[in-house]
Amino acid sequence: MSAPLLTIEDVAVELPTPRGNLRAVDHVDLSLEAGRTLGIVGESGCGKTMLSRAVLQLLPKKAKLTGRVMFDGQDLVRLDSERLRSLRGRDLAVVFQDPMTSLNPVLTIGTQLMETIQEHLELDAPAARKRSIELLAAVGIPAPEQRLTQYPHQCSGGMRQRIAIAIALSCEPKLLIADEPTTALDVTIQAQILDLLAREQRRRHMAMIIITHDLGVVAGRADEVAVMYAGRVVERAPTQELFKRMHMPYTEALLAAIPKLDTAPHTPLPAISGRPPDPTRPLKGCSFAPRCRYAAGRCHEAKPELKGAEMPDHLYACFHPIQMTEGIGA
Amino acid sequence: MLNFVARRLLAILPVLLAVSLLTFLIASLLPGDLAYVILGDQATPENVAALRRDMGLDQPLWWRYLSWLGHVLQGDLGRSFRTGQTVLQAVAERIPVSLELMLMAEFIGLLIGVPLAIACAARAGGAFDRFMTGSAFAMLSMPSFLMAILLIYLFAVELRWLPATGYVPFTEEPLANLRFFVLPALTLALAEWPGIMRVLRSDMIATLQEDYIALAKAKGLKPARILFVHALKPSSLTLVTVTGINIGRLLGGTLIVESIFALPGIGRLLVGAIYTRDLVILQGVVLLVASGFVIVNFIVDMLYAVLDPRIRHGHA
Repeated sequence: MSAPLLTIEDVAVELPTPRGNLRAVDHVDLSLEAGRTLGIVGESGCGKTMLSRAVLQLLPKKAKLTGRVMFDGQDLVRLDSERLRSLRGRDLAVVFQDPMTSLNPVLTIGTQLMETIQEHLELDAPAARKRSIELLAAVGIPAPEQRLTQYPHQCSGGMRQRIAIAIALSCEPKLLIADEPTTALDVTIQAQILDLLAREQRRRHMAMIIITHDLGVVAGRADEVAVMYAGRVVERAPTQELFKRMHMPYTEALLAAIPKLDTAPHTPLPAISGRPPDPTRPLKGCSFAPRCRYAAGRCHEAKPELKGAEMPDHLYACFHPIQMTEGIGA
Repeated sequence: MLNFVARRLLAILPVLLAVSLLTFLIASLLPGDLAYVILGDQATPENVAALRRDMGLDQPLWWRYLSWLGHVLQGDLGRSFRTGQTVLQAVAERIPVSLELMLMAEFIGLLIGVPLAIACAARAGGAFDRFMTGSAFAMLSMPSFLMAILLIYLFAVELRWLPATGYVPFTEEPLANLRFFVLPALTLALAEWPGIMRVLRSDMIATLQEDYIALAKAKGLKPARILFVHALKPSSLTLVTVTGINIGRLLGGTLIVESIFALPGIGRLLVGAIYTRDLVILQGVVLLVASGFVIVNFIVDMLYAVLDPRIRHGHA
């Protein structure tokens, strides 16, 4: 096992709100090795996006971040802004959720690609242009040369996300964070974009974090999955192991909420009842207990720790883990 | 793009027509008979009647409007019955003064307002931002005649750096001409920059919340590039509108500033025409100024398209 490329150590993020401090990320530990993929899964508001913003150091100004984010031997939290700037876009890249808003509407696609390349790589304009065309071709954009002079609004959503990916890949990053990269796209485009990300990841041997609310997205693509709930990681395991033996009732509920092709028509989806707890009023016990069908007395009294039991790399935070005898097909 | 320009051009035609009608009505509905004004209080009823017939004042209002409009369309806006000058001559003589004043004032206003707005937005809520927002508010509430007097006192009376009043054409003595314009332009600019700053500041703050700014940061771009290239252009639409309105307003000259600094511009021409009841000049000048305003706003619309490609391509 090589030294991890990224280690998130005891990271917590607090946001001041009029109703008190909101704990968006609650002491999370994660690590990721070069060339591997980590899936972070959870429903809206579970803190997965805030965690990714903490890694990128793109939190809102008022947010309070504690802990360490070790990337390639440096703590990003304590890095000065110039050093951070030279890492961002070069070694550390990101693809945001909504390609309709993540590209600048008044700059051409060529400008938005070439500015990143010229910022980090010592290339003159013609070389940067040539590289931009190659990148656009690599992410599957037809007639890439013509695209350079176009504006984002002249491209479809899927096309824009491909362009955003081309920008992210432009300087051969060591780590790519894809924050719900397909949520805003048509279903038919989603698989294409995910396959593109997986292919480019293998080709460039970069590490990747895929953030999603859809366990199905990470099923075949991530090496390891971390399930987040109410700002905490509640279960973490290698992907196959997780799908074979999930222990956390929340993970089970997330999986059950995915529509499947073989269910009979008009079967209601087993949605997770209730809502996540108010993050400004932390619960004493397990955050999922109010919605959990297995919850018993102890669950409301104390927080279960994230720890491994029978398998050292399968961690979960639950007093009443599910014991599955056989896997569920995803 | 051509389609866009054509559509906007078509849209301003009815506006110009409405402007001409309003201008005509204002001048015509003013109390007092023009014939009496011209002939004075010694006029006999016969003379008045004859003059009214000559000037077409005995015709119905709509007919007078159409005949005036017909002349206007042929480039004939009438002639002052006092000086004998045509409207076009009178305006042509004064417009360079008002234009120069307007351009200098807007230039100085933008020069002060834009950098301050960017600096404030970059650290919104910070000490500098709060100080500047407060100062802008104080400046906005200062009337221009007071500002003019303060500037004259400081720069003309105390420091003796600049002349208080006067004018020479640029073509005769360029340097002296500019020196005469500094104080009046500064007076106007000091009233312009707070508006410019406030509008651009709030638009910049909104733009800086956008996803594409977060991505620009994630790309590791320099802060200056993020502010000037990624944030400034999409934030400047309202600024362009405000500047356009300011220019349109100053196009008609500024009655107060031109009067205080004794600049022979459009504003002074208008004031003169009002005092002497020179309705032909008044009507003509108002029409020209209003048309200028409409045309400036047309140019503003064109600038939107330059700034935002989505407007250019008809997506917004």
